[in-house]
Amino acid sequence: MANLNTKTISELSDLLEQGKCTSVEIVNDVLAAIDARDGKINAYLTIDRTSALAQAEAADKARAAGKKGALLGIPLAIKDLLNVKGQPCTCSSKILEGYTAPYDATAIAKLREAGAVFLGRVNMDEFAMGSSTESSAFKKTRNPWNTDHVPGGSSGGSAASVAADEAVAALGSDTGGSIRQPAAFCGCVGLKPTYGMISRYGLTAFASSLDQIGPITKTVEDSAILLEAMAGKDEMDSTSIDLSVPDFAKDLTDDHSLKGMKLGLPKEYFVEGMDSEVEKAVRDAVEHCKKLGAEIVQVSLPHSKYAIAVYYIIATAEASANLARFDGIRYGLRKDGADPIELYGKTRAAGFGPEVKRRIILGTYVLSSGYYDAYYLRAQKVRTLIRNDFVEAFKQCDAILAPVTPTPAYKIGEKTNDPLKMYLDDILTTPVNLAGICGLSVPCGFSKAGLPIGLQILGDSFKEVNILKVGHAYEQTTTWHKQRPEFS
Amino acid sequence: MADSTHMDVSYIAHLARIHLTDGETKLFQGQLDQVLTYVEQLGELDVSNVEPTAHAMALVNVLRDDMPRASLDHDAAIANAPAARDGQILVPKILE
Amino acid sequence: MSINGKYEACIGLETHVMQKTQTKMFCGCKHEYGAAPNTNVCPVCLGYPGALPVLNAKAIELCCKAGLLLGCKINPHSKWDRKNYFYPDMSKNYQITQADQPLCLGGQIVTEVNGEQKTFTLERIHQEENAAKNTHDKAGSLVDYNRAGTALMEIVSTPCMHSADDAFAYIQALKLIMEYGGISDCDLEKGHMRSDVNVSVRPVGQEKLGAKVEIKNMNSPSFIVEAIKYEIERQIEVIENGGKVVQETRGYDSDRGETFSQRTKEDAHDYRYFPEPDLLPVEISGSQIAQWKSELPELPVQRRERYVKELGLPDYDAKVLTAEKSISDFFDAACKKTKQYKLVSNYMMGKVASLVTEKGIRVVESKLTPEALAQVADLVSGGTIGSSAANELIEILFTAGGDPKVIVEAKGMAQVNDDSALEKWAEEAIAGNAKAVADYKAGNPASINSLMGYVMKQSKGKANPPAVIAMLKKKLDT
Repeated sequence: MANLNTKTISELSDLLEQGKCTSVEIVNDVLAAIDARDGKINAYLTIDRTSALAQAEAADKARAAGKKGALLGIPLAIKDLLNVKGQPCTCSSKILEGYTAPYDATAIAKLREAGAVFLGRVNMDEFAMGSSTESSAFKKTRNPWNTDHVPGGSSGGSAASVAADEAVAALGSDTGGSIRQPAAFCGCVGLKPTYGMISRYGLTAFASSLDQIGPITKTVEDSAILLEAMAGKDEMDSTSIDLSVPDFAKDLTDDHSLKGMKLGLPKEYFVEGMDSEVEKAVRDAVEHCKKLGAEIVQVSLPHSKYAIAVYYIIATAEASANLARFDGIRYGLRKDGADPIELYGKTRAAGFGPEVKRRIILGTYVLSSGYYDAYYLRAQKVRTLIRNDFVEAFKQCDAILAPVTPTPAYKIGEKTNDPLKMYLDDILTTPVNLAGICGLSVPCGFSKAGLPIGLQILGDSFKEVNILKVGHAYEQTTTWHKQRPEFS
Repeated sequence: MADSTHMDVSYIAHLARIHLTDGETKLFQGQLDQVLTYVEQLGELDVSNVEPTAHAMALVNVLRDDMPRASLDHDAAIANAPAARDGQILVPKILE
Repeated sequence: MSINGKYEACIGLETHVMQKTQTKMFCGCKHEYGAAPNTNVCPVCLGYPGALPVLNAKAIELCCKAGLLLGCKINPHSKWDRKNYFYPDMSKNYQITQADQPLCLGGQIVTEVNGEQKTFTLERIHQEENAAKNTHDKAGSLVDYNRAGTALMEIVSTPCMHSADDAFAYIQALKLIMEYGGISDCDLEKGHMRSDVNVSVRPVGQEKLGAKVEIKNMNSPSFIVEAIKYEIERQIEVIENGGKVVQETRGYDSDRGETFSQRTKEDAHDYRYFPEPDLLPVEISGSQIAQWKSELPELPVQRRERYVKELGLPDYDAKVLTAEKSISDFFDAACKKTKQYKLVSNYMMGKVASLVTEKGIRVVESKLTPEALAQVADLVSGGTIGSSAANELIEILFTAGGDPKVIVEAKGMAQVNDDSALEKWAEEAIAGNAKAVADYKAGNPASINSLMGYVMKQSKGKANPPAVIAMLKKKLDT
């Protein structure tokens, strides 16, 4: 069977189960696609072929011995901030060059147990700080739909690899939109689970109260499969929640009806300056959901406009502490100095790129003596207001529909000189992280220039079932997700 | 809001232990002052009766039992260190 | 307490106590002393990318129990914060601690200072984590992270002490309570207890505290005393000379007996505290507090009271015995086996104490068991052995151990109670000491002592004294 790399997890799982292909064949097809086009896309940072093939062989053997499971033998691309034992984990930063992870992140350990194959590590914005993957210290990943454009970020490598069929599926992380936005830019499905759904243990922290691991996939069903495999209480992460994990994938029915579901439309999410093609695509998607039986209700999220300000205070403050450990002492890059203070200053100057430095400095400032109340404490209070908006909204609806981004993917280099402008693009995704709720990005159209557009479906905390249901029904009754970029 | 939308970038960079070049200091100064001006808008809101949110969930008392777990292998613990001696991490002399 | 009638010193202590937990505060690495460097370490306590802390329930329990023992209010809602500062011994470059909502609030220590009972008030106790251990040589510094992240409580007093003696008594009392409470072993050599001392001086009658000088990280109570004395004198001298005391951190040089200024960095105190997003708050219910209270062990003060009230010991004995927990525990164990409490107390404070000094080992390290000491007391009270034999027996038990009864038999230490032997010695005594006999008969009963001395000498000390007296009286009075 040819081009196994173009298939979804659920398709491959069936083929493997029926004995129509092997994991080794899948891995080989994925490697061939990487060889053919990653020179252009630049999604991957490192690929361990030998290990990937050995893992695939082991999965095939396990299957022959009777082991089953939707992820057994499925290769995944891993965002370079998740610790996989024995692999590098650079977070696309020079400061972690030379670091080899001595342990598995809990999500990785669960996937390993399920038989997934860790094929390689994909590019990202340095320490997940960015929306275009341009802040990577190593390479610029390109959007497979138009290689002059960014793939989005920070999980740009994850989205680009899936969109280019260089991966069957990928893992990303989302602190302010870092899964949903690149998924939208690359025409993939991206899921940011509820805060606490998946253990953060082993996910290199950017902003601890906002970060979540999540999948970037070709279909909603594949996201459900990965979510189910990674979700659940972990004793290594105090903020992971002890809930019985639903059978997310099986709960997706084939009737594609949204009868009885109320979907909220927040007026604040159709922001000024929004691209008209994006607005039209999203409004068409809303109409489509109506046709599937959903009732559309107006909801209001009045504090959304403050989300960017709140986000860039809270996220950078937490980051300033989280990234303090990258100091050249115990691992990673070291630039020697006469004393530790000089060593720190030189190491961190050489190891961090400009965006990371900028955010660490902003975060240090908002916590510094005399400014805490005015910035950090106030931001935490407005965060409460943003959360409360969602609490009220979800009293009126089962899920909320909105755009993911104000525009489709922009050109590489277009916004790198204006950080504030790039920050403002996160206006539609950051409220979800601040509220701790879940969000899904599903392809809902293309711009005239041929760039994908995403529909964002938001659900209340631990109501992934609702957004997966809406996303699946929409996806399976449209064809956007079946379109693939062309490669010359 | 804060009494100033202008930060002392050099001082803050020193607190954060990052040596900045003059060019970086100047660049960040402009960019971050712009960001600080933008976040001024939070001052519009009356938050005097609002509780701050530190966590996305209302959980409390997540504790573990005082039971030993396996530590890292000593070699693995040292393997990543840029410099080590006698099983310890070597750093430039710390002035106590 | 004023100094020269002009000045008053105000002293506050911030005492770090390492709790007796099996594992570290935020990870499952073992907390043990003396392990090979960097063997009890993991991604969490090494501050590796992606690692997360999880609270140790036992540490929380011990911190709260320490609070209950010290009369603190247990905070129903406490939280965790990050304290940011770069240092090679702090693997994350922030310390997880409790800034504004600690586990325990208030509290006090009541103790005697030079015979006077004083109450020293506490501000708070909070839970935090220890730093790694650095050692230095010419080429650089070496870091061992075994101690990094171990459970550490900080007990903060108000500036309620006014002399080095106050501070010494406070530390001794605190140490004793921590030991009795099973909170910490308080082994000073292992760094289980270290204090930062704040000293300020103000004119008598002035309400406002003077500029505060902090002397950091001292573990020896005697050094703390010396440092405080030095610092009070130094500050008074500065003021007397028309100067102003600078608020600063000073170190203590124990060789020179002096404090010295430690150059402080301008940003030293911008710790940028903020709530630790990786840890959730701790809420402690009334029923949990009641449960912990019911489990609290007896404190030295309570034990001292019990010794007086229930065992009938003089207060002096009770105080001496409770001054060290291991001695008090030994005494209690012995008293479970005998009713001769005062005798046991006498031996503990007498022969046993002198053996401890002489041999340089603690009672619990000797071969003497509480059961054996109880038997010795019973043998003495039952008249089987005399007091000199008892001392000899205790020494044997202390150095070699064994069964007291077997030793008494083997060494022929038993007293002579046998009437025929006593009668013979009594008759010899009366026959050979005409003057003493005459004195006795003339109404001087004390002269019986010289007859008694003769009998004891003849019996090589084995005659039972009361039996000898009875026999002599019988002979003389008939």
